[in-house]
Amino acid sequence: MTSPSQQYKELSREEQVLQRIEKARARKAKLKEERIVLAHGSGGKATQTLIEAVFLEAFANPMLAPLEDGAVLAAHGGRLAFTCDSYVVSPLFFPGGDIGDLAVNGTVNDLAVSGARPLWLSAGFILEEGFPVADLERIVGSMAAAAERAGVQVVTGDTKVVQRGKADGCYVNTAGVGVIERPLELGVATARPGDAVLVSGPIGEHGITIMLARGELDIESSVASDTAPLNGLVERLLDAAPGVRGLRDATRGGVATICNEVARAAGVAVVIDEEAVPVRPDVRGACELLGIDPLYVACEGRLVAVVDGDQVDAAMDALRSHPLGEGAAVIGRIGDDPPGLVLLKTSFGGTRIVDLLVGDPLPRIC
Amino acid sequence: MRFVDEFRDAEKAQALAAQIAALCEPGRQYKFMEVCGGHTHTIYKHGLEDYLPESITLVHGPGCPVCVIPMGRVDDAIFIARQPDVIMTSFGDMMRVPGSNGAFFDANAQDADIRMVYSPLDSLKIARQNPDKRVVFMAIGFETTAPSSAMTVLRAEMEGLENFSIFCNHVTIIPAIKAILDSPDLRLDGFIGPGHVSTVIGCRPYEFIARDYGKPLVCAGFEPLDLLQSIYMLMLQLKEGRSQVENQYSRVVPWDGNLKALQVINQVMELRPYFEWRGLGFISHSALRVRESYAAYDAERQFLVPGVRVADPKACQCGEVLKGVLKPWECKVFGTACTPETPIGTCMVSPEGACAAYYNFGRFTRQRVKEATRA
Repeated sequence: MTSPSQQYKELSREEQVLQRIEKARARKAKLKEERIVLAHGSGGKATQTLIEAVFLEAFANPMLAPLEDGAVLAAHGGRLAFTCDSYVVSPLFFPGGDIGDLAVNGTVNDLAVSGARPLWLSAGFILEEGFPVADLERIVGSMAAAAERAGVQVVTGDTKVVQRGKADGCYVNTAGVGVIERPLELGVATARPGDAVLVSGPIGEHGITIMLARGELDIESSVASDTAPLNGLVERLLDAAPGVRGLRDATRGGVATICNEVARAAGVAVVIDEEAVPVRPDVRGACELLGIDPLYVACEGRLVAVVDGDQVDAAMDALRSHPLGEGAAVIGRIGDDPPGLVLLKTSFGGTRIVDLLVGDPLPRIC
Repeated sequence: MRFVDEFRDAEKAQALAAQIAALCEPGRQYKFMEVCGGHTHTIYKHGLEDYLPESITLVHGPGCPVCVIPMGRVDDAIFIARQPDVIMTSFGDMMRVPGSNGAFFDANAQDADIRMVYSPLDSLKIARQNPDKRVVFMAIGFETTAPSSAMTVLRAEMEGLENFSIFCNHVTIIPAIKAILDSPDLRLDGFIGPGHVSTVIGCRPYEFIARDYGKPLVCAGFEPLDLLQSIYMLMLQLKEGRSQVENQYSRVVPWDGNLKALQVINQVMELRPYFEWRGLGFISHSALRVRESYAAYDAERQFLVPGVRVADPKACQCGEVLKGVLKPWECKVFGTACTPETPIGTCMVSPEGACAAYYNFGRFTRQRVKEATRA
């Protein structure tokens, strides 16, 4: 038997470095910044660090610990899913939707991917002094329409008004409760080698829509946000494929971030096939121009599913039979090595690592 | 997608890879430097090294614009941004480059107003909208971006905008390549020439590399097939005992460059006697400053910039990495103390930086990745 230190010495220098890096990566997150920076809200590494170093430590409890999109709560012999989300999008109105339907769909989706039937939502508004009432009515109107489409009710709410300049027009927070009726234990941590990774449609549309809608890029395009309630699609998927291990909606940080969460939570390798990832040409074009990888761009109506390898066909048939899943695709599979990492087989025929981003994807200079 | 997919065809890549392998002499090692950070990005993004035989090593050069900005200049920029009524504008990937006291993002979290723009012209828009503010554009980059900075100054003059200036950090590529060629601890077989810079300066300025140093250079495009073809062209030159400047990127790069763009640079800017490069130290005549005649648009003249000089952190070996002496993973702090979340050196900041590219995309040995991705 050789001791670990002997084993280490026998590795090549490059292997030694890699091992040191993996050790450094596994270390507990430490928040180094003294002030909040924008990257803390990007959904990438900085967000993860903030959550682990500040929130998780303070609130530590078993319902929070899995860090899924919603918490699963035991209640009177049944199970409930509970979640909340804040919406701070700019501009408030964009092709394909507005902050209102985004706020309803986002929370409905967090409940749906927890395996729950979404039932009730709360709505909290933070409004800036001077905000047009007509805009508020429009936003609330789309919330009502989105709630009806998703089959949920907004049952409680709150309104605050802050001084001019203290908010960007209108912020919305929604929380949601749903009931889990299936005897399923969903969680991406249960992913295992041989499973498949599915996505329910073309990716990156919401993020690119918002970037273009800000008007800073002077690019004209027909791309629209994909914001939609996924509960119907999830129902159909779970009916057809009880071997679904875990579900996530691919919002902030995009599909790449979800895959990293799967790899990390389950201690597996996620291998994505770039060729198989559905991306609409206009989204791809915008990404090429900006030097951004669509894998990191937000969706608001797409889910990523990790499915037992034997049930891939059933899962795909179920997804494709639903209008929101017509563009579904198998984009990768779960392997065992290297654990905790996401690898991409590029369309060009090479391979690379797909890591979490630190902050928002930044456009490159040249 | 047209004009993109043609240059990413895996079948053509395999054919080229076979031709490259056929040119390798047994037992010989080949080292080529891709000068431009955009190339480094392409190499990692597409996993291009999977197509190269073990005997060919790519060394990532100094052509990543944000990687060569020394800490002192970042500190100077933040100093300007902190002056009363200043809005600073910057390209996105500059936002995270560390100075001695944090990066632009950190300065924003305190009291500065540094905004990301996609083009220097966007800064003019901000200047027009905020007549009571002074708007300063953080101008960085090689000859690729210098013309747009110069054009912006000319536009500001034409419009009579008095509240706009640039903090000029533009650098020139040739002195950097020369510094690398003159460094004693280096062994390179040839250069993959920076395509974007060459659209402005053309191919002629590289001729001394082939003539005086006997190293071939092929000016290359930015799609993965462009790079493979350029490597093939370099290998062919070596095989045939030639050392020439060749232009693989002729669909964009004219041999004599873009005379209009060069004129615009020359009208607004002039060479500095010397400039500090991150990791490479001071290089004479390697950067541009705003000419006296445009002093009104020169932030260095408009603000009393302290001109701080900050030594690179001791542990940081960016210089060796930029010169190609060390592979990113051979740096002492690579991946442990210096990571994309907490970069010590600039090579770790921009996705084009050699270290960040290696950390994000290429960290695992080819063998292990190949095994993992085999279906």
